[in-house]
Amino acid sequence: MSMDIFLQHLLNGISVGSLYALIAIGYTMVYGILLLINFAHGDIFMMASYFMIFAVVDFRMPIWLALPLIILLTIVLGMLLERSAYKPLRNAPRMSIMISAIGASYLFENLATYLFTGVPKGYPDIPWLTKVVNIGSISFQIVTVIAPVLVAAILIGLMALVNHTKTGMAMRAVSKDFETARLMGIKIDRVIAATFVIGSGLAAIGSVLWGAKYSSVYPLMGVMPGLKCFVAAVFGGIGNIPGAVLGGIVLGLGETLLVAFFPGLTGYRDAFAFVVLIVMLLVRPNGLLGEKTTDKV
Amino acid sequence: MGKTVLEVNDVTMQFGGVVAVNNLSLHVEEGEIIALIGPNGAGKTTAFNVITGVYAPTNGQVKFKGELISANYPHGQMRRKYLGEQETLDKYSAKKSLTPDRITKLGVARTFQNIRLFKNLTVFENVLTAKHMRSKANFLSATFGLNYKEERKNRQETDELLTLLGLYDVRGEIASSLPYGKQRHLEIARALATRPELLLLDEPAAGMNPQETDELTAFIRRIKEDFHLTVFMIEHHMDLVMEISDRIYVLDFGKLIAEGTPEEIQNNQRVIDAYLGVQKDE
Amino acid sequence: MSRKQKNIGTGILILAAVVLIALFDNDVIGNAYVKRVLNLAAIYAIISVSMNLVNGFTGLFSLGQAGFMAIGAFSVAIFTVPEQYISSIFYIEPMAPWLAAIRLPFVAALLVGGLIAAALALLIGYPVLRLKSDYLAIATLGFSEIIRIVFTQLQTITNGALGINRIPGITTMWVPFGAAAVCIGIMVLLIRSSYGRAFKAIREDDIAAEAMGINLSFHKNLSFAVSSFFTAIGGGLYAALLTSVDPKQFYFTMTYNFLLIIVLGGMGSVTGTVIASFIITGGLEWLRFFDEPLSIMGVNIPIFRSGLRMVVFSILLMVLVLFYSKGLMGQKEFSWDGIYRQYEKIKGRLKRTSAKRKGGAA
Repeated sequence: MSMDIFLQHLLNGISVGSLYALIAIGYTMVYGILLLINFAHGDIFMMASYFMIFAVVDFRMPIWLALPLIILLTIVLGMLLERSAYKPLRNAPRMSIMISAIGASYLFENLATYLFTGVPKGYPDIPWLTKVVNIGSISFQIVTVIAPVLVAAILIGLMALVNHTKTGMAMRAVSKDFETARLMGIKIDRVIAATFVIGSGLAAIGSVLWGAKYSSVYPLMGVMPGLKCFVAAVFGGIGNIPGAVLGGIVLGLGETLLVAFFPGLTGYRDAFAFVVLIVMLLVRPNGLLGEKTTDKV
Repeated sequence: MGKTVLEVNDVTMQFGGVVAVNNLSLHVEEGEIIALIGPNGAGKTTAFNVITGVYAPTNGQVKFKGELISANYPHGQMRRKYLGEQETLDKYSAKKSLTPDRITKLGVARTFQNIRLFKNLTVFENVLTAKHMRSKANFLSATFGLNYKEERKNRQETDELLTLLGLYDVRGEIASSLPYGKQRHLEIARALATRPELLLLDEPAAGMNPQETDELTAFIRRIKEDFHLTVFMIEHHMDLVMEISDRIYVLDFGKLIAEGTPEEIQNNQRVIDAYLGVQKDE
Repeated sequence: MSRKQKNIGTGILILAAVVLIALFDNDVIGNAYVKRVLNLAAIYAIISVSMNLVNGFTGLFSLGQAGFMAIGAFSVAIFTVPEQYISSIFYIEPMAPWLAAIRLPFVAALLVGGLIAAALALLIGYPVLRLKSDYLAIATLGFSEIIRIVFTQLQTITNGALGINRIPGITTMWVPFGAAAVCIGIMVLLIRSSYGRAFKAIREDDIAAEAMGINLSFHKNLSFAVSSFFTAIGGGLYAALLTSVDPKQFYFTMTYNFLLIIVLGGMGSVTGTVIASFIITGGLEWLRFFDEPLSIMGVNIPIFRSGLRMVVFSILLMVLVLFYSKGLMGQKEFSWDGIYRQYEKIKGRLKRTSAKRKGGAA
């Protein structure tokens, strides 16, 4: 393999990884606070893609108007999900909430199939993301470079939010001890809502970058990225935001390079993440950056 | 008297920056009733959790009847920090910590501070479940009822135990529907069903009125005799502690501050200070 | 109710079931379609009860049913497809010769599938179940996808995406119903044994269970492996019922059928699960009219079109979890005493209302 091709794969892997990172942040934050695997997160991402198609193709909106609008719509959808599927079960057994999450995920998928049919639709072309640039013998879309830069910026912003604002402090408190935080007068529901706002917003941004890269939108498109990104979050240490970003990038890079070096394994690309999960749980169950947790007895 | 049942040597338990138990050493002899007391947050339950294997100690070792059940003597900086002067070479055995179920099998049973019954199972099932670990049948022969003799014996013994502890008439009730005092009794019954030699009671009198506490005192004495137990308990009710204990250990901020007979402890200035709180002039 | 009365009642129920199956089986009542739905429900009952063993009785959240089913289904497909058809089925690439040489009777193929599934369950269970069992949900969901992906790739073993057809079919209803009786019977015995009590103890409070000497990892793995074994048996029966299998059938959303069944029946109730299997399987067939265009008096009702059935299905799951989380039976089992209590309750209520009515009239 020549250096150029290797660099090409490397760049590609990092950008796929950055997309995973954006979705993984949503998982890790919700899990950190509610101890819930938000199975519907991947489907929120899918719905965001459909929103974009409707805005641009059906309503002929310009991109600059459509972008903030779909982010807003996705956030509303995320909050709606939290309100209707998770909030009523705040005191229910953990398994009930997980089943509710699965039900919500399945509802999104079936509703999308019913309303938009299972036939894949094309994602609207956003020229300043999809344009191909050539540097030397390497050629890539602009989105390939924008994705990691954007993720880095978002990570810095999020860390500032979590570590230096009152909302962030409340989030950290709730994730440490739900009940005590409530007793200390923290408005739990508001903190949870904020988490879903951030997670859904990032999923929407992720969907735009994803659309620029893969362009095909269908009802089950969120399933695989959703599962993989949860694995990425576990890999980096669940509940840990930089961990989720790191996990996403490692996973995306690993997957891309695996296929690049062993083209025979292309069919197994999607299985890679789960092998990583099993190995990780054997070797370092708390994830790369996760801290050890102890159950209170 | 004679054999040492439980030996805790230089145990430290640290969670992040919090040192919950600090270089604790104690021993419990066969047939004794020992109490561990101290203000809230002194690290008593954490000490129990280390003994029963819920936590692996950051440093130190625990022995049950001379057998090592957990040991951890990290080298380097940690060693200098925690070990102090009584170091002997044999302590630097490899890190070891048995899981709670293995420790229970050796003969250590416990109750919990905030009652942990199998809430949706009946009283009978709660106690019967504790018999499972002594069962020799594998899952296939158990499924097909080949161990029916053992099963019948277990059921019979469970009923006997329930009769002895005055729970027979509620044997069919769901555990969570029992009144609080009965739930505490049931937890003890369940612990006894594992046939322990050492019984750890974590605040058995919590939430009881003086009359119930008196009854509990008699109850603990009785089961100690009937089941040939050694009892190690955490308790806040001083009447109970002073009346029942052979010796008392006092913990404050994770550190052992006193040890002795009830009379000695009652007159110990450090203990009184720890409980009442003293302003240190600095 | 006396013991004798209960035994008579149980006897009548079993006899009624046997007579009913015999009538269906000999085409006295029903038709091929009804028979097929009933067979499917019996197979779903096996799979759902085994899912409930892990989720409802041991308190672990496993979502790997589709994957384990696929293993059982392909085991039956690979080992029982008649030799003379092999070359025509595997027309892209021939079946691996060593595999083509092994032809097994149906029951043996079922057991092989079950054992492979149990072994794989231990392989995933060992690393995952030592830890917080939350990860089990993702690991099993992922596993189920891996199985599907691997089966799509293994051209010489599973015939890849084309799958395998001409599997010898089930000729009588006694096979699925007999298998259901045996499999569910064994699981009930396990649940009622001292191991079953250990499972329930783990579900109720794992820390207390461990303090009572129950080895958490061993018992969780045991429950998971037994469950996977019976799920694969169910999958094998499913393959024989359909006479053809391909990896696409075992998309992980298939697991959600069984999830809905155990939620409806009651997490931790075997009888509830069995009843729910028949309700849901029948119901899903009945709901098929949702997917057909519907016109009332010449006017097309626009909402009735392909996909509506699954929307209703997922809403049903949500409604159940949100509002009736106990399902039909909660953790209770069917019992004559329970029926008798219900009967007394209703009788009492009727008496009261009639007394009230009389009082009002006077």
